[in-house]
Amino acid sequence: MNRYLRYSVPLIIFGIIAAFLLKGLGMNPREIPSPLIGKSIPEFSLPSVESADTLINDENLKGKIYLLNVWATWCVSCRAEHQTLVRLARSGKVEIVGLNWKDERNKAQAWLQQLGNPYTVNIFDQKGRTAIDLGVYGAPETFLVDGDGIIHYKYAGPVTMELFNNTLLPMINDLKAKGS
Amino acid sequence: MRQTLFALICLMGLTSLQAATLAEYTFEDPAKHEDFRAIIEEMRCLVCQNESLAGSNAELAVDLRNEIYEMMKSGQGKAEVIDFMVARYGDFVLYSPPIKPSTYPIWFGPLIVFLIGGVVLFRIIKRKNQSRETELSDEEQQRLKELLNQPNEQRDTNQ
Repeated sequence: MNRYLRYSVPLIIFGIIAAFLLKGLGMNPREIPSPLIGKSIPEFSLPSVESADTLINDENLKGKIYLLNVWATWCVSCRAEHQTLVRLARSGKVEIVGLNWKDERNKAQAWLQQLGNPYTVNIFDQKGRTAIDLGVYGAPETFLVDGDGIIHYKYAGPVTMELFNNTLLPMINDLKAKGS
Repeated sequence: MRQTLFALICLMGLTSLQAATLAEYTFEDPAKHEDFRAIIEEMRCLVCQNESLAGSNAELAVDLRNEIYEMMKSGQGKAEVIDFMVARYGDFVLYSPPIKPSTYPIWFGPLIVFLIGGVVLFRIIKRKNQSRETELSDEEQQRLKELLNQPNEQRDTNQ
Protein backbone atom coordinates (compact mmCIF):
# COMPACT_ATOMS: atom_id res chain seq x y z
CA MET A 1 0.00 0.00 0.00
CA ASN A 2 2.76 2.33 1.07
CA ARG A 3 4.54 1.49 -2.13
CA TYR A 4 1.59 2.49 -4.32
CA LEU A 5 1.24 5.69 -2.34
CA ARG A 6 4.86 6.53 -2.99
CA TYR A 7 4.59 5.94 -6.71
CA SER A 8 1.47 8.08 -6.94
CA VAL A 9 3.28 11.19 -5.62
CA PRO A 10 4.78 12.20 -9.02
CA LEU A 11 1.38 11.61 -10.58
CA ILE A 12 -0.27 13.94 -8.07
CA ILE A 13 2.38 16.63 -8.68
CA PHE A 14 1.86 16.25 -12.41
CA GLY A 15 -1.88 16.62 -11.89
CA ILE A 16 -1.46 19.87 -9.96
CA ILE A 17 0.87 21.36 -12.58
CA ALA A 18 -1.46 20.25 -15.38
CA ALA A 19 -4.44 21.87 -13.61
CA PHE A 20 -2.59 25.21 -13.37
CA LEU A 21 -1.50 25.07 -17.01
CA LEU A 22 -5.01 24.19 -18.13
CA LYS A 23 -6.41 27.16 -16.23
CA GLY A 24 -3.73 29.38 -17.78
CA LEU A 25 -4.81 28.30 -21.26
CA GLY A 26 -8.31 29.57 -20.63
CA MET A 27 -7.23 32.95 -19.26
CA ASN A 28 -7.10 36.09 -21.33
CA PRO A 29 -3.67 37.78 -21.21
CA ARG A 30 -5.32 41.05 -22.27
CA GLU A 31 -7.26 41.19 -19.04
CA ILE A 32 -4.95 43.12 -16.79
CA PRO A 33 -6.34 43.99 -13.36
CA SER A 34 -6.62 47.76 -13.08
CA PRO A 35 -5.10 49.41 -10.01
CA LEU A 36 -7.63 52.22 -10.49
CA ILE A 37 -10.62 50.28 -9.18
CA GLY A 38 -11.88 52.09 -6.08
CA LYS A 39 -10.02 55.27 -7.01
CA SER A 40 -11.19 58.54 -8.53
CA ILE A 41 -11.05 59.20 -12.23
CA PRO A 42 -8.03 61.39 -12.98
CA GLU A 43 -8.28 65.16 -13.08
CA PHE A 44 -8.50 66.48 -16.59
CA SER A 45 -9.66 69.39 -18.67
CA LEU A 46 -10.20 68.60 -22.33
CA PRO A 47 -12.30 69.85 -25.24
CA SER A 48 -15.34 67.95 -26.45
CA VAL A 49 -15.49 66.03 -29.70
CA GLU A 50 -18.13 68.46 -30.92
CA SER A 51 -16.17 71.65 -30.35
CA ALA A 52 -12.64 72.69 -29.48
CA ASP A 53 -14.04 75.60 -27.45
CA THR A 54 -16.13 73.53 -25.06
CA LEU A 55 -13.96 72.39 -22.18
CA ILE A 56 -14.99 69.42 -20.04
CA ASN A 57 -13.37 68.53 -16.72
CA ASP A 58 -13.72 65.74 -14.19
CA GLU A 59 -15.88 67.91 -11.89
CA ASN A 60 -18.50 68.32 -14.66
CA LEU A 61 -19.08 64.58 -14.69
CA LYS A 62 -19.86 64.22 -10.99
CA GLY A 63 -23.35 63.54 -9.67
CA LYS A 64 -24.33 60.68 -11.93
CA ILE A 65 -23.48 57.05 -12.51
CA TYR A 66 -22.08 56.53 -15.98
CA LEU A 67 -20.04 54.29 -18.25
CA LEU A 68 -16.85 55.89 -19.48
CA ASN A 69 -16.14 54.38 -22.88
CA VAL A 70 -12.74 54.79 -24.55
CA TRP A 71 -13.14 54.71 -28.31
CA ALA A 72 -11.51 55.76 -31.59
CA THR A 73 -12.36 55.64 -35.26
CA TRP A 74 -9.18 53.67 -35.99
CA CYS A 75 -10.36 50.94 -33.63
CA VAL A 76 -12.15 48.11 -35.39
CA SER A 77 -13.59 46.53 -32.24
CA CYS A 78 -15.15 49.91 -31.38
CA ARG A 79 -17.19 49.71 -34.54
CA ALA A 80 -18.42 46.29 -33.49
CA GLU A 81 -19.24 47.62 -30.04
CA HIS A 82 -20.95 50.78 -31.21
CA GLN A 83 -24.40 49.32 -31.90
CA THR A 84 -24.50 47.88 -28.38
CA LEU A 85 -23.68 51.31 -26.96
CA VAL A 86 -26.43 52.92 -29.05
CA ARG A 87 -28.92 50.33 -27.81
CA LEU A 88 -27.83 50.88 -24.20
CA ALA A 89 -28.14 54.63 -24.53
CA ARG A 90 -31.66 54.28 -26.01
CA SER A 91 -32.72 51.92 -23.22
CA GLY A 92 -32.01 54.71 -20.75
CA LYS A 93 -30.53 52.26 -18.23
CA VAL A 94 -27.23 54.07 -18.03
CA GLU A 95 -25.55 57.19 -19.28
CA ILE A 96 -22.48 56.79 -21.49
CA VAL A 97 -19.60 59.26 -21.55
CA GLY A 98 -17.14 58.90 -24.40
CA LEU A 99 -13.39 59.39 -24.32
CA ASN A 100 -12.22 59.71 -27.88
CA TRP A 101 -8.61 58.50 -27.84
CA LYS A 102 -5.82 59.71 -30.17
CA ASP A 103 -8.19 60.41 -33.00
CA GLU A 104 -9.04 63.16 -35.48
CA ARG A 105 -11.97 65.42 -34.73
CA ASN A 106 -13.58 65.38 -38.18
CA LYS A 107 -13.33 61.59 -38.39
CA ALA A 108 -14.87 61.20 -34.96
CA GLN A 109 -17.73 63.54 -35.82
CA ALA A 110 -18.41 61.76 -39.12
CA TRP A 111 -18.47 58.40 -37.28
CA LEU A 112 -21.07 59.64 -34.81
CA GLN A 113 -23.22 61.07 -37.57
CA GLN A 114 -23.09 57.88 -39.54
CA LEU A 115 -23.46 55.30 -36.76
CA GLY A 116 -25.43 57.24 -34.17
CA ASN A 117 -24.29 59.01 -31.03
CA PRO A 118 -24.76 57.10 -27.75
CA TYR A 119 -22.68 59.59 -25.74
CA THR A 120 -24.15 62.34 -23.60
CA VAL A 121 -20.68 63.86 -23.23
CA ASN A 122 -17.78 63.09 -25.50
CA ILE A 123 -14.26 64.00 -24.42
CA PHE A 124 -11.62 64.60 -27.09
CA ASP A 125 -8.24 63.28 -25.88
CA GLN A 126 -6.09 63.74 -28.94
CA LYS A 127 -2.73 63.40 -27.19
CA GLY A 128 -3.87 60.45 -25.10
CA ARG A 129 -2.57 62.00 -21.87
CA THR A 130 -5.78 61.46 -19.90
CA ALA A 131 -5.97 57.95 -21.32
CA ILE A 132 -2.53 57.25 -19.78
CA ASP A 133 -3.83 58.52 -16.42
CA LEU A 134 -6.72 56.08 -16.80
CA GLY A 135 -4.31 53.23 -17.52
CA VAL A 136 -5.77 52.71 -20.97
CA TYR A 137 -3.73 50.34 -23.14
CA GLY A 138 -6.17 49.60 -25.92
CA ALA A 139 -9.58 50.45 -27.27
CA PRO A 140 -12.35 49.88 -26.53
CA GLU A 141 -12.17 50.04 -22.76
CA THR A 142 -15.09 50.78 -20.49
CA PHE A 143 -15.15 52.03 -16.90
CA LEU A 144 -18.11 52.12 -14.52
CA VAL A 145 -17.96 55.39 -12.56
CA ASP A 146 -20.22 56.50 -9.73
CA GLY A 147 -21.54 59.96 -8.80
CA ASP A 148 -18.43 60.77 -6.77
CA GLY A 149 -16.17 59.97 -9.69
CA ILE A 150 -15.00 56.65 -8.22
CA ILE A 151 -14.19 53.85 -10.66
CA HIS A 152 -15.91 50.58 -9.75
CA TYR A 153 -15.19 48.35 -12.71
CA LYS A 154 -13.10 48.24 -15.83
CA TYR A 155 -13.59 46.13 -18.90
CA ALA A 156 -11.06 45.85 -21.74
CA GLY A 157 -12.76 44.86 -24.98
CA PRO A 158 -16.11 45.48 -26.65
CA VAL A 159 -19.07 45.72 -24.28
CA THR A 160 -21.82 43.23 -25.13
CA MET A 161 -25.45 43.09 -24.00
CA GLU A 162 -24.55 39.95 -22.08
CA LEU A 163 -21.77 41.71 -20.19
CA PHE A 164 -24.03 44.65 -19.48
CA ASN A 165 -26.94 42.58 -18.19
CA ASN A 166 -24.86 40.10 -16.20
CA THR A 167 -22.14 42.28 -14.76
CA LEU A 168 -22.64 46.00 -15.25
CA LEU A 169 -26.36 46.32 -14.58
CA PRO A 170 -26.25 44.58 -11.16
CA MET A 171 -23.37 46.87 -10.15
CA ILE A 172 -25.23 49.94 -11.37
CA ASN A 173 -28.34 48.89 -9.40
CA ASP A 174 -26.19 48.37 -6.32
CA LEU A 175 -24.72 51.83 -6.67
CA LYS A 176 -28.15 53.36 -7.18
CA ALA A 177 -29.44 51.57 -4.10
CA LYS A 178 -26.59 53.06 -2.09
CA GLY A 179 -27.78 56.42 -3.34
CA SER A 180 -24.59 57.65 -4.88
CA MET B 1 27.16 35.45 -51.54
CA ARG B 2 26.34 38.91 -52.70
CA GLN B 3 22.71 38.48 -51.64
CA THR B 4 23.73 37.31 -48.20
CA LEU B 5 25.97 40.29 -47.81
CA PHE B 6 23.18 42.58 -48.91
CA ALA B 7 20.79 40.98 -46.42
CA LEU B 8 23.35 41.41 -43.66
CA ILE B 9 23.81 45.08 -44.45
CA CYS B 10 20.02 45.50 -44.37
CA LEU B 11 19.89 43.85 -40.95
CA MET B 12 22.61 46.13 -39.65
CA GLY B 13 20.60 49.05 -40.95
CA LEU B 14 17.61 47.84 -38.93
CA THR B 15 19.52 47.75 -35.65
CA SER B 16 20.84 51.25 -36.16
CA LEU B 17 17.27 52.36 -36.90
CA GLN B 18 16.18 50.88 -33.58
CA ALA B 19 18.93 52.75 -31.80
CA ALA B 20 18.06 55.94 -33.61
CA THR B 21 14.51 55.91 -32.25
CA LEU B 22 15.91 56.07 -28.72
CA ALA B 23 18.65 58.57 -29.55
CA GLU B 24 16.15 61.41 -29.42
CA TYR B 25 16.07 61.06 -25.63
CA THR B 26 19.09 63.00 -24.44
CA PHE B 27 20.08 63.97 -20.93
CA GLU B 28 22.85 66.27 -19.84
CA ASP B 29 23.60 64.00 -16.92
CA PRO B 30 24.85 60.58 -18.14
CA ALA B 31 23.64 58.94 -14.92
CA LYS B 32 20.11 60.07 -15.68
CA HIS B 33 20.44 58.68 -19.15
CA GLU B 34 21.42 55.34 -17.67
CA ASP B 35 18.41 55.48 -15.33
CA PHE B 36 16.10 56.27 -18.21
CA ARG B 37 17.40 53.37 -20.27
CA ALA B 38 17.15 51.04 -17.29
CA ILE B 39 13.54 52.04 -16.58
CA ILE B 40 12.26 51.59 -20.10
CA GLU B 41 14.07 48.25 -20.34
CA GLU B 42 12.37 47.06 -17.15
CA MET B 43 8.86 48.07 -18.16
CA ARG B 44 6.53 45.99 -20.21
CA CYS B 45 4.80 47.43 -23.24
CA LEU B 46 1.11 46.85 -22.60
CA VAL B 47 0.18 46.54 -26.25
CA CYS B 48 2.76 43.95 -27.31
CA GLN B 49 3.18 42.23 -24.00
CA ASN B 50 6.47 40.48 -24.65
CA GLU B 51 8.35 43.62 -25.53
CA SER B 52 9.81 46.21 -23.21
CA LEU B 53 8.94 49.88 -23.48
CA ALA B 54 12.42 50.41 -24.91
CA GLY B 55 12.00 47.86 -27.65
CA SER B 56 8.43 48.47 -28.70
CA ASN B 57 7.28 50.68 -31.52
CA ALA B 58 3.62 50.58 -30.51
CA GLU B 59 2.10 54.04 -30.34
CA LEU B 60 1.32 53.71 -26.64
CA ALA B 61 4.91 52.68 -25.93
CA VAL B 62 6.15 55.80 -27.72
CA ASP B 63 3.74 57.96 -25.70
CA LEU B 64 4.82 56.35 -22.45
CA ARG B 65 8.50 56.73 -23.32
CA ASN B 66 7.89 60.42 -23.97
CA GLU B 67 5.98 60.74 -20.70
CA ILE B 68 8.77 59.09 -18.73
CA TYR B 69 11.34 61.23 -20.52
CA GLU B 70 9.47 64.41 -19.61
CA MET B 71 9.16 63.29 -15.99
CA MET B 72 12.87 62.59 -15.70
CA LYS B 73 13.78 65.80 -17.51
CA SER B 74 11.78 67.74 -14.94
CA GLY B 75 13.90 66.22 -12.21
CA GLN B 76 11.85 63.24 -11.04
CA GLY B 77 13.70 60.11 -10.04
CA LYS B 78 13.44 56.45 -10.87
CA ALA B 79 11.18 55.62 -7.92
CA GLU B 80 8.72 58.34 -8.87
CA VAL B 81 8.51 57.12 -12.46
CA ILE B 82 7.90 53.55 -11.30
CA ASP B 83 5.17 54.74 -8.89
CA PHE B 84 3.56 56.70 -11.71
CA MET B 85 3.46 53.69 -14.01
CA VAL B 86 2.31 51.20 -11.35
CA ALA B 87 -0.48 53.55 -10.21
CA ARG B 88 -1.90 53.46 -13.73
CA TYR B 89 -1.09 50.07 -15.14
CA GLY B 90 -0.51 47.95 -12.04
CA ASP B 91 2.40 45.65 -11.22
CA PHE B 92 1.90 44.13 -14.65
CA VAL B 93 4.11 46.82 -16.24
CA LEU B 94 7.07 45.66 -14.18
CA TYR B 95 9.03 42.75 -15.56
CA SER B 96 10.21 41.85 -12.06
CA PRO B 97 7.21 41.93 -9.73
CA PRO B 98 7.62 43.42 -6.23
CA ILE B 99 7.84 41.03 -3.27
CA LYS B 100 4.44 40.99 -1.52
CA PRO B 101 1.99 38.29 -0.34
CA SER B 102 0.37 37.81 -3.74
CA THR B 103 3.76 37.29 -5.38
CA TYR B 104 5.29 35.07 -2.67
CA PRO B 105 4.63 31.90 -4.72
CA ILE B 106 6.64 33.30 -7.64
CA TRP B 107 9.55 34.44 -5.51
CA PHE B 108 9.73 31.64 -2.95
CA GLY B 109 8.02 28.75 -4.75
CA PRO B 110 11.21 27.54 -6.50
CA LEU B 111 13.16 27.69 -3.24
CA ILE B 112 10.50 25.62 -1.45
CA VAL B 113 10.45 23.03 -4.24
CA PHE B 114 14.26 22.93 -4.08
CA LEU B 115 14.18 22.35 -0.31
CA ILE B 116 11.58 19.58 -0.64
CA GLY B 117 13.75 17.95 -3.30
CA GLY B 118 16.77 18.21 -0.99
CA VAL B 119 14.94 16.56 1.91
CA VAL B 120 13.72 13.72 -0.31
CA LEU B 121 17.20 13.19 -1.74
CA PHE B 122 18.75 13.21 1.73
CA ARG B 123 16.32 10.58 2.98
CA ILE B 124 16.90 8.33 0.00
CA ILE B 125 20.67 8.48 0.44
CA LYS B 126 20.34 7.82 4.16
CA ARG B 127 18.18 4.75 3.60
CA LYS B 128 20.62 3.34 1.04
CA ASN B 129 23.45 3.67 3.53
CA GLN B 130 21.49 1.89 6.23
CA SER B 131 20.72 -1.14 4.06
CA ARG B 132 24.43 -1.64 3.44
CA GLU B 133 26.28 -4.17 5.64
CA THR B 134 27.25 -2.62 8.88
CA GLU B 135 30.43 -3.19 10.85
CA LEU B 136 31.35 -6.62 12.06
CA SER B 137 30.29 -7.72 15.51
CA ASP B 138 32.92 -8.73 18.11
CA GLU B 139 32.28 -12.37 17.43
CA GLU B 140 32.75 -11.95 13.68
CA GLN B 141 35.82 -9.83 14.28
CA GLN B 142 37.32 -12.67 16.32
CA ARG B 143 36.58 -15.20 13.62
CA LEU B 144 38.17 -12.99 10.99
CA LYS B 145 41.32 -12.73 13.05
CA GLU B 146 41.50 -16.47 13.46
CA LEU B 147 41.13 -17.03 9.76
CA LEU B 148 43.81 -14.55 8.92
CA ASN B 149 46.24 -15.90 11.49
CA GLN B 150 45.96 -19.49 10.34
CA PRO B 151 49.38 -20.82 9.43
CA ASN B 152 50.02 -21.14 5.74
CA GLU B 153 50.73 -24.87 5.91
CA GLN B 154 47.24 -25.59 7.05
CA ARG B 155 45.78 -23.73 4.17
CA ASP B 156 47.93 -25.63 1.73
CA THR B 157 46.87 -29.08 2.88
CA ASN B 158 45.23 -29.89 -0.41
CA GLN B 159 48.44 -29.68 -2.27
